[in-house]
Amino acid sequence: MLGISKSFGGVAALREVDFTLRAGEIHGLVGENGAGKSTMMKIIAGVHTGYEGKMLIDGKEVHFRSARDALAAGIGMVHQELSIMPDLTVGENVYLGKQPVTAAGIIDWRTMMTGAHDQLKSLGIDVDPKTRMGDLPIGLQQLIELARVIFSGARIIILDEPTSALSPPEVQLLFNVLKGVRASGRSIVFISHFLDDILSISDTVTVFRNGRLIVTHSVEGIDKGWLIERMIGAGHQDLEESYTGTITLASKPGLPVVLAAENLGFGRAYVDVNFDVKAGEILGIYGFMGCGQIELARTLFGKIKADTGTLAIDGRKRRLRNTTQAHDAGIAFVPENRRSMLFYEQPVYKNVSISILGRISRLWLKPNVERSIARKHVESLSIRPPRAEVALGALSGGNQQKVALAKWLTHRPKVLVLSEPTRGMDVGAKDDVVKIVRALRDEGLAVIVVSAEPETVLSLADRVLVMKKGRIVREFTNETISKDRLLEAA
Amino acid sequence: MTFQQASTARASKSSLFLRSQMRNIAPFATLLLLLIFFSIASPSFATIDNASNILTQISVTGIMAVGLTFVILCGEIDLSVASVANATGIVVAYFTLQESYVNIANIPVAGWLAVILALAACTGLGLVNAFGTTVIGIPSFIMTLAMMQIGAGICALLVRGQIAYNVPEIVSTLGASNVGGFPTIALVLIAFLVAGHVTLTYTRFGRYIYMVGGNREAAEYSGVNVKLILGAALVICAVCSGIAGMVGVAHFGSAQQNEFDGYLLDAIAAVVVGGTSLFGGRGGIGNTIVGLCVLGVLNNGLDHIQIDSFLKILIRGLILLAALIVNVYVQNIRSVERAEG
Repeated sequence: MLGISKSFGGVAALREVDFTLRAGEIHGLVGENGAGKSTMMKIIAGVHTGYEGKMLIDGKEVHFRSARDALAAGIGMVHQELSIMPDLTVGENVYLGKQPVTAAGIIDWRTMMTGAHDQLKSLGIDVDPKTRMGDLPIGLQQLIELARVIFSGARIIILDEPTSALSPPEVQLLFNVLKGVRASGRSIVFISHFLDDILSISDTVTVFRNGRLIVTHSVEGIDKGWLIERMIGAGHQDLEESYTGTITLASKPGLPVVLAAENLGFGRAYVDVNFDVKAGEILGIYGFMGCGQIELARTLFGKIKADTGTLAIDGRKRRLRNTTQAHDAGIAFVPENRRSMLFYEQPVYKNVSISILGRISRLWLKPNVERSIARKHVESLSIRPPRAEVALGALSGGNQQKVALAKWLTHRPKVLVLSEPTRGMDVGAKDDVVKIVRALRDEGLAVIVVSAEPETVLSLADRVLVMKKGRIVREFTNETISKDRLLEAA
Repeated sequence: MTFQQASTARASKSSLFLRSQMRNIAPFATLLLLLIFFSIASPSFATIDNASNILTQISVTGIMAVGLTFVILCGEIDLSVASVANATGIVVAYFTLQESYVNIANIPVAGWLAVILALAACTGLGLVNAFGTTVIGIPSFIMTLAMMQIGAGICALLVRGQIAYNVPEIVSTLGASNVGGFPTIALVLIAFLVAGHVTLTYTRFGRYIYMVGGNREAAEYSGVNVKLILGAALVICAVCSGIAGMVGVAHFGSAQQNEFDGYLLDAIAAVVVGGTSLFGGRGGIGNTIVGLCVLGVLNNGLDHIQIDSFLKILIRGLILLAALIVNVYVQNIRSVERAEG
């Protein structure tokens, strides 16, 4: 690709990028959010069609008008959100859209199932093709989607954040499959925030920053620090250290317990969960995706009703039958998905005031009070644009996340439950969130941070619980921990 | 460069504003077009008398539409409005002394008590809708479909094919009298519109309605009692329908089965034609007023021009379809914006 430029509404997303992908290589792509790597890949995959510059495949110029065009030319993409059909079988998913038919025009199940089995086997995936897709762990689902893309004849395969939802053994399995794919002469583009994964699987790595291709380099002889330096420019070394280096947990003794969970259990999601959280501490709950921590967080906010066990807030046993009761009991919750807690068509001030409306007005609304509260937050969190009347949808992602936090800043809860508070954020925005959460802790709030990203837990927590398959298996207090030790425990 | 960026930003902002107002502009333009068309096509259309006529004609639909606006703003639907109206109208007549030739085994009570019993009846039906939708979790579309049949059943059981004529005096005053030449039933409609608008715009409950309709999950994660709000909207809708039914019975001068059959479609059409989003969160009483006027002008105007009365039905259907297309089209513009943003 030569001199690729792309802009959205006057904002340049890519500037004069020259990018080369060789046959039979795994090419890692790194950069902060908004650096341009996704835009680049969407152009290659035919999702974005208007751009400047030239794209050449095998020396021939191409210009895709749709993702279908790109697929026909042998370019396939596996998105972070899987596009599998959970209610169909593995075999049907592999053959989605091109089911083999018999002479009578009926689907040839036998060919489909044996074909799917053989093809998956050739990639080292051993799974019964008659299994319902949704019953498989997420890692296998992802591999099967990858398999589908490979079987569709793709020679260039783009993987967007393939490892974010996977446990280490699943990552290993994926890597083994990818190595097999590479050996067959196909090319893979591997986009990820997880630098360790990039370094361990890629042959070549390319760094994007601010819409520019900064460098393309062989992975030989480079390390994480080298990459990070180029991703964020100079001067951020200390920041990285706080995320990945070892940290010493410093739990303060003598703090009052605000929330205590006893023998909590919910279906197959989690069992026998006991813990407490104290005022003025940040409790991190770490576990791989799907180990029950998401369900646990929802239970604390009354969204899910636990089957067994009790919750006590300030020593009083509470039954949280819905989110309103949890809210009134002094619990605040920020779900992992921004979309599920913000009102995109409403102005910022209505988004901020919704959680405290009951306190500022009984019957009649007081829009002036709402606006002035919102303006204070807009100013103190430096939300851009600095106006409380702007519709939320017009804000950028990072600013939306700040509004999501602002919503609970006014509420002044006793317990703040954060699910994946920094997922998908760039380093600068992460730092902002860490600062805000620490400030809240220092004001005496009990904070629970639930995450599947070790960096998130390490950067925030004063005490860490590790969940594994629905159980709390390990507690870290007053000791030095690192990412390795967390991963090891989970 | 900076200047250029600023000016393109401003241009896109004003076009964005226009697009976001499409929902409100389109129904209003429709209304103006219809008014101009009928004024030219028929000399008897644009008169004060006829305006008063139209107002009277939309009153029963309008009172139902106020309640329905609450439900639709939540992103739900109530298909039982006409049926609940009919049942409530029959209940109030059932508890009123009828002429000797009316062959209904009714139970005459004092007028005020009859009204209270009728209000209790529609509130009760609304509570059943609310219970089924929020506690049991039946989709409102299905729940209120069942209620539609239940309401019809109540009507059938109470009047058994007969017709009742008398209603309590207070109801007939509201439904079938004039104050200084102005129809009282229209005053009732105006009172409901004002009360509905004030509730939706200036109260906490009204804000919750919009928030629940705009993003139900987010409302729940903000600690809003979503089920309570949905339930309340359904009860409000049933009570509005019940009152519409009572004044409607007075207005028509009789209470019988299947009396309000055309009103379900009209009430839903009024809300949706006015531009309130079927997906919830957008719109309001202002939109409903415009929608009511479009419907009222259309129904009335078609009577003023000489046109095949069977064709009228088709024309109404086509206008409704056009409004729905606009409604969904505007929704699509917004979801595209959301995807891009």
